[in-house]
Order: sequence, then C-alpha cells, then structure tokens
Amino acid sequence: MIKGDKNLRIGVYVCHCGTNIAGTVDVEKLRQFAETLPGVVLARHYKYMCSDPGQELLKQDIMEHGLNRVVVAACTPSLHEETFRRAAEQAGMNRFLVQIANIREQVAWVTDDAETALDKAKAHVAGAVRRVALHQPLERQFVPILPRALVVGGGIAGIQAALTLADAGKEVILVEREPSIGGHMAMFDKTFPTLDCAACILTPKMTAVKNHPNIRLLTYSEVINVEGSVGNYRVQIRRRPRYIKEDLCIGCMQCVEACVFTRARFPNPFDRGLGMRKPVYIPFAQAVPPVPLIDPEACLRLKQGKCKETCVVACGDRGAIDFEQQVIVEEYQVGVIIVATGYQIFDPSVIGYYGYGKLPNVYTALEVERLLNAGGPTSGKVLLRDGRVPKRVAIVHCVGSRDKKYHAYCSRVCCMYALKLAHLLKEKTGAEVYNCYIDIRTPGKGFEEFYNRVQEEGVHFIRGKVADVSPVPTGPGENGSSGLIITVEDTLLGEVRKIPVDMVVLAVALEPQADADNVRRMFGISCSTEGFFLEKHPKLAPVNTASDGVFLAGACQGPKDIPDTVAQADAAAAKALALIDAGQIELEPNTAWIDEEMCSGCKTCIPLCPFNAISRDEERQIAVIDEALCKGCGTCVAACPSGAAKQKLFGFEQIDEELEGILSYV
Amino acid sequence: MSENRVANLGSKFEPKLVAFMCNWCSYTASDLAGTARLHYAPNVRIIRVMCSGRVDPTFVLKAFALGADGVMIAGCHPGDCHYLEQNYKTMRRYALLRYTLAELGIEEDRLRLVWASAAEGPQLAEAINDFVERVRQLGPLRWSINWQEDGQREKAIEQIAHEHAEALEVPV
Ligand SMILES: Cc1cc2nc3c(=O)[nH]c(=O)nc-3n(C[C@H](O)[C@H](O)[C@H](O)COP(=O)(O)OP(=O)(O)OC[C@H]3O[C@@H](n4cnc5c(N)ncnc54)[C@H](O)[C@@H]3O)c2cc1C
Repeated sequence: MIKGDKNLRIGVYVCHCGTNIAGTVDVEKLRQFAETLPGVVLARHYKYMCSDPGQELLKQDIMEHGLNRVVVAACTPSLHEETFRRAAEQAGMNRFLVQIANIREQVAWVTDDAETALDKAKAHVAGAVRRVALHQPLERQFVPILPRALVVGGGIAGIQAALTLADAGKEVILVEREPSIGGHMAMFDKTFPTLDCAACILTPKMTAVKNHPNIRLLTYSEVINVEGSVGNYRVQIRRRPRYIKEDLCIGCMQCVEACVFTRARFPNPFDRGLGMRKPVYIPFAQAVPPVPLIDPEACLRLKQGKCKETCVVACGDRGAIDFEQQVIVEEYQVGVIIVATGYQIFDPSVIGYYGYGKLPNVYTALEVERLLNAGGPTSGKVLLRDGRVPKRVAIVHCVGSRDKKYHAYCSRVCCMYALKLAHLLKEKTGAEVYNCYIDIRTPGKGFEEFYNRVQEEGVHFIRGKVADVSPVPTGPGENGSSGLIITVEDTLLGEVRKIPVDMVVLAVALEPQADADNVRRMFGISCSTEGFFLEKHPKLAPVNTASDGVFLAGACQGPKDIPDTVAQADAAAAKALALIDAGQIELEPNTAWIDEEMCSGCKTCIPLCPFNAISRDEERQIAVIDEALCKGCGTCVAACPSGAAKQKLFGFEQIDEELEGILSYV
Repeated sequence: MSENRVANLGSKFEPKLVAFMCNWCSYTASDLAGTARLHYAPNVRIIRVMCSGRVDPTFVLKAFALGADGVMIAGCHPGDCHYLEQNYKTMRRYALLRYTLAELGIEEDRLRLVWASAAEGPQLAEAINDFVERVRQLGPLRWSINWQEDGQREKAIEQIAHEHAEALEVPV
C-alpha cells in the first residue's frame, strides 16, 4: 500500500544523459518498472532531461496529465535538482514536489554489470517514488544578505578580492594575521614569467587597500569565532596589540631610530631570520599599514618594565606609543566571507639528506627570494652566510612535492620560481647554476618561453633527483668556508654525478597553513586529502564552498601562482558581489519544527542543537524551534522519543518510505 | 551461527545494503566516486540525509526488518561536521545501536559507521567494498532465526516489562 495523497499522479522521467546513463542502465526497462509503481501515472525516458526540450516535456506533462509529483532519475541532485524544481514550478506545481533519483553518479558510473545496474536503478527509483508521494508543498525561504564582506588573509588573493568588492561600493573588513598585508608576494624581488618587480606591482594595491574608504583593514588580527549563516555571519576578531596606536602614528619611524637597542639583533621572520630587527620595528619598508610595532618579547619596557623609553621621547607630542595596549576582541556582522589564507612552505629539514638547517649554505627558495630582494637583509646582494658570493649554485626541484613520503602532489609553481631564481642568481652573481629536476612543468602563458630563455642563458639542467647534499669532505673549501657536494643521478646521461657547489637552493613545496584545519572548521569548509580547502565543485563551482556565502581565493585552495590567484580572487569577489546584490539567498526549506500536540516536553532535543535553535516554552511545557536559527540537520528529529520533532523534506515518513521503496521491490 | 547461514556461505551470496549518507561530505564523496568512474560493489543503496545525525535508529532497525543485510551510516569526519558537532551524536548513537543490535541477535558488524570527506571518493568506494565483503562473510541476515535461538530473550523481555511497570508507578 502506498502512503500519501490519495489522488497521486506521479510522473517518472528517466534521463539517458546521452550514453552516460543509457550506456549502462536499460532505460526502457527502468521506465517499464517505474510504470508499475504505486501512484505513477506516467513514465518516460528521454535523452537529456536537463535540456530545454527535456524540461519542456516535463512541463507539458504536468499540465496535460495533471501530474502532482515528479521523479527524475538522472544525475546527482546537486547538479540538476534546481533545474527540475524550476521547471515544475513553471508548470504550476509546487517546486518541492520533485524528487531526484541519482542513477548516474551512484549507479551507471560505478557499476560494471548492466543487470545489477538496472536493479540498483530500480531500487533508487522506487525509493524516490515512495518518498515523493509524501512530499508536501512548501514555501520557498529566503534570507537577506548584509551588504558587507569579510576577507580573511591579506596576501595578494585577499588584497585583490577586497579591492574588487570595495570598488563595487561594498564595505569590506580585511583581516590579516601579520603586522602587514602582502603575504608571500611581498617577500619576492621579481615575479615569473615576466620578471615584474613584485613590489612595483603589489605596493600600489597595498596602499589602495589602506586608503580605500570602503575597506576596514585589521592587521595583526585573527578571526577567532564565526556564528550565524549566509547573509548574517557574526565574527569575532582578536586584535593583538602593536603598542603603537595606528591612528596616531604617522609612520616616521623615529621610534625605531631612537630605540635603546642601537643595533638590530632580533631575527626578522619576514626575512626568514636572515635579517635582524629591533624590538620596535616595521617588518619591511613598504609594509601596510606603515606603522611600526613593538615585540613584547624583545622590548625592555614591556619585558622588564624598565627602559629609558627613548622611543616615547622620539614620538613626542604625537603620543602614539602605548605600552598599555591590550588584546581586544571586536565583533562584526557580515553577509559574505572570502577566505584567502594562503599557504606555507614545506619545512625541508625533515629530509635529512638535503642538510637544511645543518649546512649553512643550504637555503629554501623563500630565503633566496629575500636575499635577492633589494629591501631584504642583504639589500639585494646574493651573499652566503659567510659573506661570500656564490660561484656555483644547485637548485633542487620538487623538495617535498611529488614525493609520497611528504606531498604526493605537484606544487605547480616551483618549476617556474626555480627558473626565475636560476635566472636572477646568474644575473646577479654570474654563478654557474644547476637545476636538478624530475620534470620541468611550464604550462602557463609565457612559461615555456621563459624556460627556453633561461636555458639559452646557460643555466644547466640535470634531469634527476638529488640524493645527497654533503660538505666537501676534504675540509674547508675556498676562502676557508665549507663547500658542498651534491649527488644527483643524471637520468639522461644514465650516470651518478657529484657536483661541487657553494650554495644549494631547495625548491620547497607549497603546503596548507599549519592552522588550516582550525581555520576551515571555523568557516565550515571541507578540505581535500592534502589539507587544502575544498571548493564546492572542482570545475563548476571553483570558488564556492559547502557553506553558502563562504568563498575561496588563492593558494589556500591549492598551490597556484599569482596570475591564477588574482583571477580566482576576482571570481570569489564576483560571487560575493552577486550574492550581495541579489540581496537575498534561498535556503532549502528543510528546517525542523515541533508538533505541539505530540511534544511531551521531555527536553531531549534541546541540548542536541549546537545552534541554540530549540528552547522550551515553560508555560506550555513544550519545545519550540526557532526556524531562523535551525540549519536543518535533523539531529533533534532523530532523537525525539515521541516523534514530535519533525523536519521538512526529511520527515520521518519520507525517509521511512524511501527506505521501504529501495528495499521492497528489487 | 545458524545452519542456514553456513549453507549459504558457499553459494554466491550478494548482500543487500543500505547506506545513509550525509549531504555535505559522504554523499558528495559518493558522487565523486561516480565522477571518477570508480567501480565499487553494487550492493549498496544510498539514502541521502542532510546530516548523519538525522539517522533515526529506527531507520536502521527498519532496514534490517525489510531485508537489508547490512547498514552503513556515513558522515563527515569528526570535527568537520557541516552542523558543527552532530556527527559526534551519530557516533554515540552508533555505539548504542550496535549494542542494541547484538541484543536483538543481529551481528554488530552489520552496522558500520564510516567517515568520508567530500574529497574522499576513493576512500568511500573502498569502505563500501570492504563492508560488502564483511557482510558477505556474515551471510544473509537471519534475524528471526537468531531471535528464536536466544533462550534468554523471553526472560529478558519479562524483566524489562517488570522494570517498566515499576518505573511507571508514581511514588507517593
Ligand atoms: C619561493 C616562491 C616563489 C614564488 N614566486 C612566484 C612568482 O615569481 N610568480 C608567481 O606568480 N607566483 C610565485 N609564487 C607563488 C605565490 O607565492 C602565490 O601564488 C601567492 O603568494 C598566493 O597568494 P595568496 O594570497 O593566496 O597566499 P599568501 O601569499 O600565502 O597570503 C596569505 C595571507 O593570509 C594571511 N593569513 C594566513 N592565515 C590567516 C588567518 N588565519 N587569519 C588572517 N590572516 C591569515 C597570511 O599572513 C598571508 O598574508 C612563489 C612561491 C614561492 C614559495
């Protein structure tokens, strides 16, 4: 016996999806089977249900045959549920009386045998038919979108997204963990493949962020909590004290000059520890905001309470220095969020045979970027730790990438930045440069041309993995400093080569930030197996996430170069803008509600809701669900001992009937 | 183990399985397995729910009653729940359910909880294959047979009924 409406008129549509479904599932047999199911008055199959004629067919049938329920056996509901709902609606039916049976992703594409596939498809169709019989017309639900965006991470991705949104007249809150925006790009001297000066193209954007009336820039800050949902997120941002008031400081740097430490002697993380800073410092010359900050671990006044406070004297009337500054937490409401938290580099010290961290002349590529940078610790001179200029340099590719022990994936940008570094090192020092690679990957506009150019410049290319980096065994090398010998199997020559060099550069992998897991959980983002943030669909929704209103930009989603990062940032901004300008977003009406008659007031449901959507009406002694807070997980519904908690679209009877359907016929 | 079941092991027994999958992680993973054309055991029929926390224990019992030989519940990894923490509730419910199943004479291994992120299509396909194998080993579900075999059962029911009656007595 079938439950539900007595006047059921269900139409079943089996989509061929070209040969995607029809190649495995006998669509005619499936149609015949569907016809026998209770309540079904019409069953058809059609080549492409999602096409215009397919939708037309559906609409015509609804109108001509008075269908009041529809099942489409096709691809996954995440692809075309909306298409068929809309079509049904256009034909005058309530859009929620449509159910999808997923016979492509979950049947045709994963099953070898035609007969088994047909059985499985039948079960899914029967489940859908039995379920849809119990669907009720529902009203569409919309929530308004606050016209304000949060951008998390101020690398080139976050900067670009923030500027695009702000230029479109939207308010943006840009949160950056470090004292300055700029991210990794700010560390580079030149950028491949054009060799544009990184600062020349980045600094104007950084300044634009600072000056933009629509952007509120919060540096040295982190998001610590996110509540709410699309349209209205409430975020808490923890702001660390700079001990210098941003609004009063004019960036004259006199405090830095005046500091009682006359010499910079604390390692500057921005220079990857190759350069030093004072307790009061600015991470790099073009930092935005151009406001110095004080390191409480280094400053005498903050550490010991005692100092001549020459900085305060130097600041004078401006009075920008404030040793009493505390951590503060600010709260903001935003409608949409763009996450652009970037990447970190792989720590090569875990690969013992490269000697990183033990042999002073083994560097990561990022350290070399700093050495090459005119604003870096050596003012752009390539000098080894002992002050020498390297004469022979080996660049080791794929350090931590394409290596099952570390990261199986290719980091995509390393070949290109290794070529860039080879070019720059050769240009600046005249050194012989050896690039030891597995494969050179240069798929990008102007990339192969750049590779050719670097080859023509006389950079050596050795195809093979470096197996060892050791100090020269005969003792001190030239000028009393220890040289290095790399061992590499040249797979093109078929021999093991030992090459003496005095600098080794490790082209390290890009990997997810150390705190990526915490960050993504806070924003309700999933991750791919390697830990990068997961887009909603790899092809069709590359900047969306599983959480509505949360978008991705840049290397937090996967290794990518600056052009791709910027393109993605603009895409994320466009998506955010579309949402803001639409003013509202539709939500699935699958919230839970309480059948007051049946509720015994036992309170079982109340503590189960992490969104505090359920409360108890003390007067009536029943539970009440605030549908605005309910996100529709259905956990309370599953737990209610009296069946009083119900859920739209995922009600007990609906799931129960689906179960009956999939188990009772085949 | 019943005679019937042992007899069945030799023949080609194809278990019938139901999998409840959450919309955000595991259902998406199963879609991904499809997109990647990963052929896995066809024995499983998938029901989409918004969250593994929606899986009412009675759905699981009902599935067995309707002839399923095994039930899988698949959700997001702990810490990754789209609804913050509801999969933890699933985890607890699962432990209790397995216990209940054993009490009812259903091998606990016929129920399996699997975590699969939206990116873990291959892992999910693998988990399904593995589960199908396990249930195949167990053989067809013979709930009624197991049920009757248990001599303690009736006593236990009486006991429960008794306790129930006691509990319902209103203290003066
Ligand atoms: C050695 C090297 C050389 C390279 N050279 C080039 C090149 O020449 N050309 C090119 O196109 N690409 C190059 N790249 C790639 C380039 O670095 C990236 O494409 C680019 O930096 C990605 O930008 P992003 O904004 O996504 O990430 P990032 O630059 O990593 O910026 C992320 C920002 O987010 C901030 N952040 C992180 N977590 C949080 C949080 N929880 N809260 C707040 N803020 C947070 C970080 O502090 C950082 O400022 C190179 C990469 C390396 C390793």
